[in-house]
Amino acid sequence: MVNTIFSRPESLRDVPTHYCPGCTHGITHRLVAEVLDELNIRERAVGVAPVGCAVLAYNYFNCDFVEASHGRAPAMATGIKRTRPDLIVFTYQGDGDLASIGTAEIFHAANRGEKFTVIFVNNAIYGMTGGQMAPTTMPGQVATTCPFGRDVSSAGYPVRVCEVLSALTTPAYIVRVKMNEPAGIPAAKKALRKAFTYQVEGRCFSLVEFVSTCPTNWGMKPIKACEWATSDMIPYYPIKEFKTPDDPLPPGLKTKEGGK
Amino acid sequence: MKGNEAIGEAAVRAGCRFFFGYPITPQSEVPEYLAKRFPEVGGLYLQAESEVAAVNMLYGAGCTGTRVLTTSSSPGISLMSEGMSYIAATEIPVVFVNIVRAGPGLGGILPSQGDYWQATRGMGHGDFRILVLAPASVQEAADFVRLAFDLADKYTNPVMVLGDGIIGQMMEPVDFPEMIDPKSFPEKPWAVTGCKGREPNILTSLFLDPLVLEQVNVRLKKKYDRMEAEEKRWEEYNISDDMQLLVFAYGTVSRIVKTAIDDLAAKGYKIGLFRPITVYPYAYEAAGKVAAKAKLLMSVELSTGQMVDDVKLSAPGREVHFFGRQGGIIPTPEEVGNEFVKLIDSGGKK
Repeated sequence: MVNTIFSRPESLRDVPTHYCPGCTHGITHRLVAEVLDELNIRERAVGVAPVGCAVLAYNYFNCDFVEASHGRAPAMATGIKRTRPDLIVFTYQGDGDLASIGTAEIFHAANRGEKFTVIFVNNAIYGMTGGQMAPTTMPGQVATTCPFGRDVSSAGYPVRVCEVLSALTTPAYIVRVKMNEPAGIPAAKKALRKAFTYQVEGRCFSLVEFVSTCPTNWGMKPIKACEWATSDMIPYYPIKEFKTPDDPLPPGLKTKEGGK
Repeated sequence: MKGNEAIGEAAVRAGCRFFFGYPITPQSEVPEYLAKRFPEVGGLYLQAESEVAAVNMLYGAGCTGTRVLTTSSSPGISLMSEGMSYIAATEIPVVFVNIVRAGPGLGGILPSQGDYWQATRGMGHGDFRILVLAPASVQEAADFVRLAFDLADKYTNPVMVLGDGIIGQMMEPVDFPEMIDPKSFPEKPWAVTGCKGREPNILTSLFLDPLVLEQVNVRLKKKYDRMEAEEKRWEEYNISDDMQLLVFAYGTVSRIVKTAIDDLAAKGYKIGLFRPITVYPYAYEAAGKVAAKAKLLMSVELSTGQMVDDVKLSAPGREVHFFGRQGGIIPTPEEVGNEFVKLIDSGGKK
């Protein structure tokens, strides 16, 4: 008798993706799909696709999907989740989308405690538009719009989304994981599962940041890209849980819920 | 009831239970009213961080198939125009109300009709149109909100109620229809509601294949053609076969014009009014027929003459005179009437 020990999750369609060789989007898609399957939420899931490399994510996931304008995925997700709290809503966004043009939307969705899940892929560059500087591009890192390397005296330092969002008072689950090392992948899935579980339980906003690679636009072979993420990104983007809904609230708040 | 509150109540009665918006003068009474009213009927008012976010919340909510409203005023509507284009492209039924204030730029907070071009032509990037209803009274504002929801559903298209600032701020008696139970609406098979028992629904405005996108453009154009054939609305007032002057005015300005017409009728002047109610689609043919009965044509607006082009399209080859005030100034019936008399007595010479 032959047992199947590895197969395509039902939440992923059987189609080729447009992602470049060596890109980690494919694995991230798979992890999300596995979690949707395992929590049995595919049939009530609605994804919100971004503008950027994952703009066509709706062709790869096997669940309801909408396509947002650049950076506005958290606002669209808010509209969906608030009108249909029974749905499981997630956005899938890159660093240009989430940390640049959509900064206001992600910040305030987190601050309102919108009960959806954000998949945030940080590969330190604009991929789809061809390798321009991102808000998360590392100091000195070369991109097409910073050909001499990111100059922090002009562009500022890279934005650390988890650190910024976890400074908000509203309870949330904020975690950073890594996709450039094999050991990071099961840990990433665990974090994703936790994030979706918090949503299923109606507990909090959740964001999982994936430190990812972009061999094409970094101009590196995939292995080298993985090594560069370890040596140059992770020291600045530490892999850890930044915030959980069980964390104590800061002193000075009279009640947990506030209001009346 | 104040116009802005009537707009809020009309939305509730139309079975709308969700509002996403951002405060801006002179429409803030709508969100304020709904923030109080919605909890009584199980609805939700959510204050967004910006109009950009608000319109995208509206977009998301509309994608689930529910009736959803936002209201704003001119600068806020400009911020929403990005979302408007996406919503029209994805063919999601939503309702916008624009309580127009004087512009351009930050402009002022007093009434204006300076967003006519934006509403009827330039609501966002790309090849799309939205249906625009222009009320002249608080009663009509309330009626048109309900109509807007019905038309949005009928055409799966954004619909805007375009009210000048007077509509939002003035108080008049209003009759409301019975409440529609939101549960009574037919299901929208295209909505994202979870794919249990069906193939996933995908709502997108991205069509990278030019042949596919062209088909989308053609399909949308057919829809707009259908709107133009079926949804033109207008009012004719004091029309006769030998009018000295036919005035074109919409919104509350039409009421000022009516008063002026009545006052001058007592002095023997024969002046009629053509009031477009839908400013898109514009009732060109009907306007042209009425224009043929008048010696002179004039458009009266709270702008520098944004509707003049549409009057010209209604009556090709005819000269169209204009009188308007800007900056938030509302002309009196006497002021408007004096302009009519001057024009008629000069035989159309400036």
